[in-house]
Amino acid sequence: MTDSKYFTTTKKGEIFELKAELNSDKKEKKKEAVKKVIASMTVGKDVSALFPDVVNCMQTDNLELKKLVYLYLMNYAKSQPDMAIMAVNTFVKDCEDLNPLIRALAVRTMGCIRVDKITEYLCEPLRKCLKDEDPYVRKTAAVCVAKLHDINAQLVEDQGFLDTLKDLISDSNPMVVANAVAALSEIAESHPNSNLLDLNPQTINKLLTALNECTEWGQIFILDCLANYSPRDDRESQSICERVTPRLSHANSAVVLSAVKVLMKFMEMLPKDLDYYGTLLKKLAPPLVTLLSAEPELQYVALRNINLIVQRRPEILKHEMKVFFVKYNDPIYVKLEKLDIMIRLASQANIAQVLAELKEYATEVDVDFVRKAVRAIGRCAIKVEQSAERCVSTLLDLIQTKVNYVVQEAIVVIKDIFRKYPNKYESVIATLCEHLESLDEPEARAAMIWIVGEYAERIDNADELLESFLEGFHDESTQVQLQLLTAIVKLFLKKPTETQELVQQVLSLATQDSDNPDLRDRGYIYWRLLSTDPVAAKEVVLAEKPLISEETDLIEPTLLEELICHIGTLASVYHKPPSAFVEGSRGVQHKRLTSSAGSGESVESPDTGSAAVSEAPPTVIPSQGDLLGDLLNLDLTPPTSTGPPPTTAPGMQLGAMDLLGGGLDSLLGGDIGGSPAMGTGFGAPPAAMPASFNAPISGGLDDLFDLGGGGGLTMGTYIPPKSVWLPAMKAKGLEISGTFVRRSGVIQMEMTLNNKAMSVMSDFAIQFNRNSFGLAPAGPLQILTPISPNQSIEAALPLSTVGPVMKMEPLNNLQVAVKNNIDVFYFSCQYPISMLFLEDGKMERQVFLATWKDIPNENESQFQIKDCHLNSDAASNKLQGSNIFTIAKRTVEGQDMLYQSMKLTNGIWVLAELRVQAGNPNYTISLKCRAPEVSQCVFQNYETVLKN
Amino acid sequence: MIGGLFIYNHKGEVLISRVYRDDIGRNAVDAFRVSVIHARHQVRSPVSNIARTSFFHVKRSNVWLAAATRQNVNACMVFEFLYKMCDVMTAYFGKISEENVKNNFVLIYELLDEILDFGYPQNSEPGALKTFITQQGVKSQSKEEQSQITSQVTGQIGWRREGIKYRRNELFLDVMESVNLLMSPQGQVLSAHVSGRVVMKSYLSGMPECKFGMNDKIVIDKQGKAGSNDDGAKSGKQSIAIDDCTFHQCVRLSKFDSERSISFIPPDGDYELMRYRTTKDIILPFRVIPLVREVGRTKLEVKVVIKSNFKASLLAQKIEVMIPTPLNTSGVQLICMKGKAKYKASENAIVWKVKRMAGMKESQISAEIELLPTNDKKKWARPPISMNFEVPFAPSGLKVRYLKVFEPKLNYSDHDVIKWVRYIGKSGIYETRC
Repeated sequence: MTDSKYFTTTKKGEIFELKAELNSDKKEKKKEAVKKVIASMTVGKDVSALFPDVVNCMQTDNLELKKLVYLYLMNYAKSQPDMAIMAVNTFVKDCEDLNPLIRALAVRTMGCIRVDKITEYLCEPLRKCLKDEDPYVRKTAAVCVAKLHDINAQLVEDQGFLDTLKDLISDSNPMVVANAVAALSEIAESHPNSNLLDLNPQTINKLLTALNECTEWGQIFILDCLANYSPRDDRESQSICERVTPRLSHANSAVVLSAVKVLMKFMEMLPKDLDYYGTLLKKLAPPLVTLLSAEPELQYVALRNINLIVQRRPEILKHEMKVFFVKYNDPIYVKLEKLDIMIRLASQANIAQVLAELKEYATEVDVDFVRKAVRAIGRCAIKVEQSAERCVSTLLDLIQTKVNYVVQEAIVVIKDIFRKYPNKYESVIATLCEHLESLDEPEARAAMIWIVGEYAERIDNADELLESFLEGFHDESTQVQLQLLTAIVKLFLKKPTETQELVQQVLSLATQDSDNPDLRDRGYIYWRLLSTDPVAAKEVVLAEKPLISEETDLIEPTLLEELICHIGTLASVYHKPPSAFVEGSRGVQHKRLTSSAGSGESVESPDTGSAAVSEAPPTVIPSQGDLLGDLLNLDLTPPTSTGPPPTTAPGMQLGAMDLLGGGLDSLLGGDIGGSPAMGTGFGAPPAAMPASFNAPISGGLDDLFDLGGGGGLTMGTYIPPKSVWLPAMKAKGLEISGTFVRRSGVIQMEMTLNNKAMSVMSDFAIQFNRNSFGLAPAGPLQILTPISPNQSIEAALPLSTVGPVMKMEPLNNLQVAVKNNIDVFYFSCQYPISMLFLEDGKMERQVFLATWKDIPNENESQFQIKDCHLNSDAASNKLQGSNIFTIAKRTVEGQDMLYQSMKLTNGIWVLAELRVQAGNPNYTISLKCRAPEVSQCVFQNYETVLKN
Repeated sequence: MIGGLFIYNHKGEVLISRVYRDDIGRNAVDAFRVSVIHARHQVRSPVSNIARTSFFHVKRSNVWLAAATRQNVNACMVFEFLYKMCDVMTAYFGKISEENVKNNFVLIYELLDEILDFGYPQNSEPGALKTFITQQGVKSQSKEEQSQITSQVTGQIGWRREGIKYRRNELFLDVMESVNLLMSPQGQVLSAHVSGRVVMKSYLSGMPECKFGMNDKIVIDKQGKAGSNDDGAKSGKQSIAIDDCTFHQCVRLSKFDSERSISFIPPDGDYELMRYRTTKDIILPFRVIPLVREVGRTKLEVKVVIKSNFKASLLAQKIEVMIPTPLNTSGVQLICMKGKAKYKASENAIVWKVKRMAGMKESQISAEIELLPTNDKKKWARPPISMNFEVPFAPSGLKVRYLKVFEPKLNYSDHDVIKWVRYIGKSGIYETRC
């Protein structure tokens, strides 16, 4: 039999014909006609005019015909409510039919007819059907309650259907239970506060029993309902988990994923030291991996969920990297998701494999995928420090391919790498600059401009490069404009003499010719900063950039918790809370994970259960750090939606107001010339310059030029006594003894050269071997006069830290070669690592907490400092002299904990926790650092400083 | 829950449209057509949100199936349901095509009414559905029949009807495995796994209780411990470690979880009993040894040796080796010891086919590839050499130990059942880098 002919009726007057056929006496003809009507309805033709004729066919014993008529009714009853009443009698009669299939059909259809008048008639039959002897009818009636509730909630409550529905949870038939659960869950969603789904241990037990017996769909309803329950204690939690785990072997992925949801949620309640907790974690991995061999659409849903699970509990899948490798034939949406998870799972252990894969992906054809792969390489560099170098070289290889979008993407990620590892990979800048012209995407242009501005001092033609961008300033996107503005201001602060014109130009472009308020505001702020207090400008614009987190685009923890409660659902696919895409009250309640008291996550902070530390903000993105710094300093930073956009920051608006009030005219036309320190001064627009403006500017600029002079020698810096580095025996009579000092931020090597030979020594020169921190003489060794026999001379050699780097053993070893007119001599000495501690090594408290949490525990090392008789304040003061800054102090049970930070010249931060117990001469120190190699050295330094 | 279900042909014309919820209107049908089927760019996700309505879609040949909703539904369930619906339709009228959907639209509506109620999936086992939804119109049923139907549809064994009778009780078990490999040029296994399926065809009378046993390491070890030590050591060698497995809904999962025994009442006819995955001690049926030599800029010499690594008495079939060639290939000379080889320019590959090959043998192919000089700086990426084959054993080492059948009510015993077991190993993604 072929029904397709019904689709091809396009004759005119067809409705009329159908009408005649519907009223035919012949059963077969009637049926044919109804089929035609349904076919027309399907393709979207309006056949509502036939309503009375179709309803007339309802009275029939032919079940097939009946079903067709019902289908029609469901579609059109709403548009013909008065006519629909005609059908009521038949429904009511059918609900009493002997055949349970017909009873069920009637109650099922009646619920779908959304006409108030019919609803009234529905109540009695429904009540009967809910208590029908046949489970098939009961399970249909259960769903019908939900239908009725959707039409008229009040009626359902008044009629007491909810209680009947609740009773069905105890039904003997598992499918009735499952449908009742589904209906109740849905009704409960629109009554967030009602205690409708009164889940207690007894009902839970009933549900768990039904779980083993009902259809796959029923299992899903029950599991999804179970996930809303909060067990009273960890024991109950465990026993539910035990009964849910068998579901992980179900062939239906939805059953598996819903079971995973229940387990993920209830696991929060389990103490982590419980054996069962570990067992459970192990049991979760295989089914998740198996989901990846399902059909691609399911793989997609599974991958979106695994993405959440990996963020919440990385340990589950940490050894399963390989299964996320992309297959050539995967659909693009699966490929993109796999890539995301690969990055999340990347670690030192598997990075080589991951990089090899990513490199392969970068040569594929799909542009989006290739871009993401390139981006992933950059993220690996940021995440796994040890791999950074290989990532950078991989990226450079990719840039060589000259494929335009690959190059642009690579530049965007290299910018992030620069931020994460300052002063390490700048050698690649030259290569990047070669591709300047090919950049046509705003993000890549902005990234490149940022790089040029940030490293302006190392790029000889930085001004030319930036100037070239400036030509088409107004055609650029805002992102690029803002970046260009900041970069040029940076350049100016770094090379003030050559770039005044440029900065003048960009400031005027940004403030005078632009309509964009963000750009104007930023322009004004810079302008004012530069003109009133260049020192402050330098501090603000060239400020230390906040830490960039290893994990970009992590989901915010509260949202993540909510999404974990929605595993398997659309919310988990969109990574958005249901309220973001569901209208009305339904499903908008926020779900949260509940964890048992005392076994929460906060234990992972620096010290056990410290209250101060658990306040630490989650380390997603350091957005709330210092708003102003963030604001002025570019911030392309990591791509995130959580960071506040610059314009909405209150600080910014205030600043702008102030500027506008404070003599806008003079600013706009400001001729700031005439200051001796400036040489030619800022450009010369026409308007006259108010006198009052002059003084602060020149003064400020003076400051600017001798910047770096601030500070002075801090009290109590520990200077190790001079020791003999080169004995006369070994150096044909030249004896060198010396020490290292850090004064005003400058490292000096102070030496005494003693001539113990018989002849005059002259023509001294000094050179260092490559060393761990790139120490190198900042100038030649200044010994102007020859040293006569038995004469000694003091020499101070300023050192820089930009020399070539090579790791030494021990780390603070320095190999030196000294030449004089006689020969070349070699010696090695060790410098105290505190020489390298910067004056600005005081970390923001919040950043400290975030960083401490962020550094993996493997990087922590503990030492004992023995026989030290200082109290904590004295120790703190002493250490401060060596640029070891105390950020916070807490006293717990007579023990003082000092949280300290220091920053090395190469940008490495070392965080310390020093525990001092009154009366106990032994201190305990824990050091955390991303480069754990330095810990030993730092510890030794603590010891020497504290003991002297 | 699911608010509406639509089936479209490839042009986007609606073949079936069933709306379950009020919040899905006729405009949703059009929205999906416009934004997904007619979209200019290929749609990049199987889930799309159009004007606050979410659409899930799957495609079968030239037919689109889409489910629409405005709630936060269980996404996994929706897809599983769409697949299930395809299974049901296939069970009723074969291939899902525009023609077949049109021919059976009344039936499809009837099915949709039964398997989806207010958007909640209901029993959708074809075996059960076929007892009361038929293409020949509804049979008149006696009262017992009716209650039998309803109890089956809602019962614990929804996948099998009562009263099945066969003169000959027979069952067929196929262990079908696909073996996946990624090997380095030096012969190091980078990743390898077997994904297997146990497919059963059962023609058994009544409500038979079945128990399936295989050489699962966990089970064997447990028995080994219980039995004598010798036994354990002997059988331990032949057992395999299964990473993970999933079962048809007929299998009692809690029993598997606690005792690791696989017991069930099977559906009638064809179905997939279980799926599994193994990664340890996989027998790799073939080893591919590539040798690529670049002779100057315009010539490439490739030699590929394949070695069969299984019992000499077994025969592998349908062997196919795909050797990728650079894009600028101008000509290829081939010499192979066995089978036929051909250069296929359209696929940029040499395809070498061998019909049969016994175990413990080797064969080789040599190719000289002439290249056109290009100024393309991009180096040839050397895609991996891939292989297809079929072998008559299970590369994972899985062995069926028993499948016992008990039917207490009828008078046939386990011995009367004729059982067939077959092992088929196939290549999945079987690649060697060169």
